Amino acid sequence: MVRFEGVGLRYRAIGRAGRSPEVLHDISFTLPDGVFRWLLGPSGAGKTSLLRLMYLAVAPSRGHLTVLGTDVSAAPRRALPRLRRRIGVVFQDFRLLPHLSAFDNVALPLRISGRPEGQVRADVTEMLRWVGLAKRIEAYPSQLSGGEQQRVAIARAVIARPSLLVADEPTGNLDDAQAERLMQLLHEMSRLGTTVVVATHNDRLVARHPAPALLLEHGRLTGHH
Amino acid sequence: MTSVSLRPSGFDELGLRRALSDRLLPFLVAAMAFLAALALAGWVGAASLAREWQAGSGSSLTVQVPRPGDPAQRDSGPKDAPPKDAPPRDASEGDSDKASGSAAGGTRIERTLSLLAGTPGIDTARRLSDAQLTDLLRPWLGAGAGRLDLPLPAVVAVRLSDPATDLDALARRLSAEVPGVLVESHGTWVGRLTALARSLQACAGLALLLVVGVAAAVVAVATRSGLSARRAAIEIVHGLGATDGYIAGRFAARATLLATIGGAAGALLALPVLVALAGLAAPFAGGSVPAEQGVIAFLAALPTPIWASLVALPAGAAAIGFVTAQGTVRRWLRRMP
Ligand SMILES: Nc1ncnc2c1ncn2[C@@H]1O[C@H](COP(=O)(O)OP(=O)(O)O)[C@@H](O)[C@H]1O
Ligand SMILES: [Mg+2]
Repeated sequence: MVRFEGVGLRYRAIGRAGRSPEVLHDISFTLPDGVFRWLLGPSGAGKTSLLRLMYLAVAPSRGHLTVLGTDVSAAPRRALPRLRRRIGVVFQDFRLLPHLSAFDNVALPLRISGRPEGQVRADVTEMLRWVGLAKRIEAYPSQLSGGEQQRVAIARAVIARPSLLVADEPTGNLDDAQAERLMQLLHEMSRLGTTVVVATHNDRLVARHPAPALLLEHGRLTGHH
Repeated sequence: MTSVSLRPSGFDELGLRRALSDRLLPFLVAAMAFLAALALAGWVGAASLAREWQAGSGSSLTVQVPRPGDPAQRDSGPKDAPPKDAPPRDASEGDSDKASGSAAGGTRIERTLSLLAGTPGIDTARRLSDAQLTDLLRPWLGAGAGRLDLPLPAVVAVRLSDPATDLDALARRLSAEVPGVLVESHGTWVGRLTALARSLQACAGLALLLVVGVAAAVVAVATRSGLSARRAAIEIVHGLGATDGYIAGRFAARATLLATIGGAAGALLALPVLVALAGLAAPFAGGSVPAEQGVIAFLAALPTPIWASLVALPAGAAAIGFVTAQGTVRRWLRRMP
């Protein structure tokens, strides 16, 4: 369960006096477990900022935020790593570790969670095969195309079977067939109980996969349907 | 926190093999360890010198009697000079106040010895033999000291049973009876030498503390530069749910490895220097210069505390590396949500 109650976000001003402007205002909504939601809105509306709140990269400046049943505003800092391990994130800019192979990048969440290496090997090989990168297992990100990197990023986000999956423009570098495959994976995960939130401005994709959406404009939630 | 992680041992998710490179840190730590070894040797050496000098000699003095064989003065100076409470076992013949028994026209040395023997607070008074004297003088006069026909004074080694004995009074009384006698208290010299040794020891300790501080600073600077070089990777790993302990552990493992290598190298480099120093210091510290030459003998010449410190250096460097890296990384990570 994810719940925003009157959440506002203001990025900390760097090197500037005074307060920086609020980029999200009075956001309130609730996502039950296992739902699929689009997050839509023009560029600069605050989609990425909203997702960053959800995957605990920033803390709300005001309001109450509950992620997977934990009140994030009240939880001690040391409780957050365990919570983050239950959240999968596909970043707009992938954020793969350049000095690690595709295999090691995908294996990272499992190893951080301390899974046995035998299980890591099996799961990661299977996952990379599923995203069509069985032959690129030992390749480094710099040796992969944008689409291949995006698929590695997707594999890393879902490898630990997260309870909440957050994807920021996950199809930007994928062709239509790959995007379709990703959508099937996301629907399958949400059917198995994962809450899925996907930010996009790929209207054709949204049209092909109708689902409830959160609409953001100028940092305000203008629709939830 | 992850309890048992079976992550592969070579898994370098933060890219620390390059960010905390083996180029600079081990060399800096080796230099620190070398300096620390010297400081430790100074500390141990000064401590053992101080102990050596203090032991036993704290309550002793020497009395020099020039022209020991000459007959003692017939008529000594002030009549009240001899102690009234001293049993006049071997009183001088000219001492009219006392019952002069044997008084067999003693020599100056005999008079001195008898006076000393009759003084309360004195444990033993022993005349050094000519051979012992020659030994003492050899450093100044060479091996032929015994053959030189020098008018050597007799030297009496005195051990006090009561360290509070009034040495000035004793000296006055002795010179009254045997003019030209010299009383020299070791206490003053031992005190001065001990103070010197203690100051040297304090300086060595201070140097050691400084070296530890600089080593910690070096590790901290290297860790900080590694942190900023790997900021992006740390943010990603942090975002994937790595605890502060996990990330700090990666840095600490790397820093500990590099510091241990540096510490061991510094200790190895210091070894020959310490052996040489120990050889030089052995005569002063009451030890013996190794008779037979050879590596084993030279190594055996190192005092045990020095050996212990040499072994402790890599361990100390490792501890400094671990603690500093852990602290630096954990403090840095606190800025993250
Ligand atoms: N790290 C940041 N620091 C300060 N301002 C930011 C930061 N990230 C985004 N913003 C601002 O927040 C607003 C929303 O940005 P963002 O969440 O990226 O929107 P979207 O993802 O919908 O394009 C923009 O005005 C942007 O300039
Ligand atoms: Mg965005």
